[in-house]
Amino acid sequence: MAKQELAETKETPIAYELAKRQKEISVSEFFTKNRHLLGFDNKRKALLMTVKEAVDNSLDACEEAKVLPEVNVEIIQMAEFKYKVIVEDNGPGIIKKQIPNIFAKLLYGSKFHTLKQARGQQGIGISAAVLYAQLTTGKPVKITSRISKKEPALYYELNIDTQNNKPVIAKEETIEWAKEHGTKVEVDLEAEFIKGVQSVDEYLKQTAVINPHVTIIYTNPKSEQVIYARATDKLPDEPKEVKPHPYGIELGMLIDKLRWTESRTLQSFLTSEFSRVGSGTAKEICEHAAVLPNTKPSLVSRDTAEKLLQGIQKTKIIAPPTDCLSPIGEELLEKGLRKEIKAEFYCGTTRPPAVYRGNPFILECGIAFGGEIPKDEKANILRFANRVPLLYQEGACSITRSIMETNWKPYGLQQSGDSIPLGQAVIVVHMASVWVPFTSESKEAIAHYPEIIKEIKLALQECGRMLGTYVRKKFKISEQIERANMFEKYIPEVADSLSSLTKEKKERILQGLQKMLVKPEIKKEIVEEDADDKLYKMEFLKKGQEQEKVIDDD
Amino acid sequence: MKKSDTKSIRELESLGRKLVADIDKGKNPTIEFSLRSLSNIIFDEKTRTLALGDKQQQRTFFNVGHAKKFLQTLEIAKVSKTLLDVEKHASLRDVFYMAKRTIPSSNINIVDEQAESDNAIEDLELITNCSREQLNINANKMGSVAGNVVIEDSGDTINWAKLGSGGWSIPSNVEEIEFKGVKAKYVIYMEKQAVWERLHEDKFWEKQNCLIVTSQGQTTRGIRRILQRLNDEHKLPIYVLADFDPWGFYIYSVLKFGSINLAHMSGTMTLQNARFLGITADDAVNYDLKKHFIKFKDVDSTRLKQIADYDWFKKNKDWQRQFKMMKDFGAKLEIQALSSKGITFISDKYLPEKIKKGEFLD
Repeated sequence: MAKQELAETKETPIAYELAKRQKEISVSEFFTKNRHLLGFDNKRKALLMTVKEAVDNSLDACEEAKVLPEVNVEIIQMAEFKYKVIVEDNGPGIIKKQIPNIFAKLLYGSKFHTLKQARGQQGIGISAAVLYAQLTTGKPVKITSRISKKEPALYYELNIDTQNNKPVIAKEETIEWAKEHGTKVEVDLEAEFIKGVQSVDEYLKQTAVINPHVTIIYTNPKSEQVIYARATDKLPDEPKEVKPHPYGIELGMLIDKLRWTESRTLQSFLTSEFSRVGSGTAKEICEHAAVLPNTKPSLVSRDTAEKLLQGIQKTKIIAPPTDCLSPIGEELLEKGLRKEIKAEFYCGTTRPPAVYRGNPFILECGIAFGGEIPKDEKANILRFANRVPLLYQEGACSITRSIMETNWKPYGLQQSGDSIPLGQAVIVVHMASVWVPFTSESKEAIAHYPEIIKEIKLALQECGRMLGTYVRKKFKISEQIERANMFEKYIPEVADSLSSLTKEKKERILQGLQKMLVKPEIKKEIVEEDADDKLYKMEFLKKGQEQEKVIDDD
Repeated sequence: MKKSDTKSIRELESLGRKLVADIDKGKNPTIEFSLRSLSNIIFDEKTRTLALGDKQQQRTFFNVGHAKKFLQTLEIAKVSKTLLDVEKHASLRDVFYMAKRTIPSSNINIVDEQAESDNAIEDLELITNCSREQLNINANKMGSVAGNVVIEDSGDTINWAKLGSGGWSIPSNVEEIEFKGVKAKYVIYMEKQAVWERLHEDKFWEKQNCLIVTSQGQTTRGIRRILQRLNDEHKLPIYVLADFDPWGFYIYSVLKFGSINLAHMSGTMTLQNARFLGITADDAVNYDLKKHFIKFKDVDSTRLKQIADYDWFKKNKDWQRQFKMMKDFGAKLEIQALSSKGITFISDKYLPEKIKKGEFLD
């Protein structure tokens, strides 16, 4: 120890020297080095993430402004691994002051501090894409935005100052733009275009399924255009903003809130900062925590805050309000499936709201079955959180886990042990919540909360039962058709045998037997019909016709 | 054409005409015949054979459960009619292949397994009241005979005493055989081919002036019929030589009382005068064969219990005594165990002694 003494060379300890090297790391710098945390791990994923962030923003903006979204997505190949992504919407546009911050400053957003169901949450998304683009191509992001026909369109070229996490305006001008309002984002980035399960194509298609009110016009690098037309003109109900529910609060957050509140007493703090807390409940919490209701919030110590938290847990508080949630609804969920997936049976279910850690959420499930869905393959699972498709980390997601832990055999699908069922099915699960607990910042998998898994399973079971009824009846009908066919096939054989036994003409016997096939008492033998079946057949017919109509619409 | 053939053709035609008449009347075509299932099998105390009861079954075409069988029955009828028309015989296996084809523009075969065509053939026997052989369908030949008998078969004269080491193999249809000279005094029927070969080599039939007959395991129809004819027409006593085990007892039981499958043909198939010569429980004791016992397995005990419960054995004290002894031994014995006493012991000592003393079970 003596020889190994710290290099206290002259008069100052080494720590001062070391301290000089320690400095603040900017968020932008951090993400430059850890781009995978945001989902930009590779070229393919970068393309998908860029489109996704831009489209998510567009849809959120349109819905907030109560405009039926129409989003134009175009991907142009500039060089082997260089692409240009253009996303244009008919949203409300962005005011001049905000444009640089929204697109060229990380962690800038309106949604982080509120509890409201929205696609974006952290305010990282689009600026992360811009940062990635800047790192890989050095080119600025180009923004065009217009907020009203009375004002001109604004055009910006922006870079990010990664040292200081600040926007750098490279170009700023007003331009002519045919659109009355809307925003257009143009990003050049290093990327790779692919088809298949984790592609932009799949992402947009799934977005169209889960957002039946959205029209997406998509042009891929081969200049092929796909139009996902909206199936309804009804905008989803606007989700309301809510205060946090006491059950969901954590100690650190509680201490923060106590410090910054404007309330003078603990009681008014509780009633004004939380939902579902009236003065009675607030007093009860204080009582359980053994703290006086008129304590000044800023004087609450860490220990007292902890007591307060225990007090909250001991107090019975009504579940949080659920008008902050905007589920798609059974009917629209079915419509969305119907327009993008060619199947023969569709069903959808929306669960009543439930709560995990004080956060209200709603689970929805839809199933499409049969038709053109490939046979003998694993069921196709479409996962959604707040109307956004989740394409990566299927295995880590509580949706996948719940599907695997559900017994699908009674519902007409094959399954070996706890695995993804086999069969001609597409299973859609949507979680709507003010705060979807993702396993990482790239928002790809829903965390395994028991309350959430329970709700997913219940939703799956509800849909599963509908599917099971259909599959069983389909089987019954096909059996009956088979029976009728069976007699038709047997008749010539029997006629032939009888003809060779009796030397009667085969034709005569054949006709005699065929005539009998339509007799009611013999028909009864083929089709054991009950009222339930008739009803079902009508439905079967109706569904078939509707399906044709949808195809025509396309 | 033989007389029996015209009868068979007539029966098949009348089945066809009945069904065509149903169709002409707009009636669901229906075949009615005796129910061939365990619930309709009775043991007739008078004739002491298994017989069918009066329960009838209907086979209709427009019935999901019946249609396939209806189709198969008619297909077999057609096959049989064709055989009779061209005066040819076919084996059960041939008939299966004649009926086995896929119905056009479907994936349905008229028959998938031989068991199905065999079943349809047995049904057709009941429906037409003609035996399989009368329908020109033959089973495989599976038996041999040797002894002092001369017969005529399809124009050939055959002496059963002069056919070398193989003997005469018994065809499945023995109806047209004529007995020209029967010098043998009795018949020994044995379960085992190997035992037959032993006796044949020892010229047992010559020394004892008898017939020796065998088939492999269960007695085929042809053999049952020829034994019955020898017994009926020439009054030859029939002795059965089988293993001392429940399956050996069952061979005797089928021979004497008939079987469930062929209950409809008991009249021409049973041998009410057959006697069980051995191996008996007493033989095991008297000839000191206990050391060759093979221990019972569970299936043996179960089978023994079933056989002991048969109506026709129930009141027979001698048989019940055998069953009880076998149960007490908890073991069985093969005929070949006798070879332990010397290779020709069976022909020189065992059989002559048994027959002389008249030691047999009825």
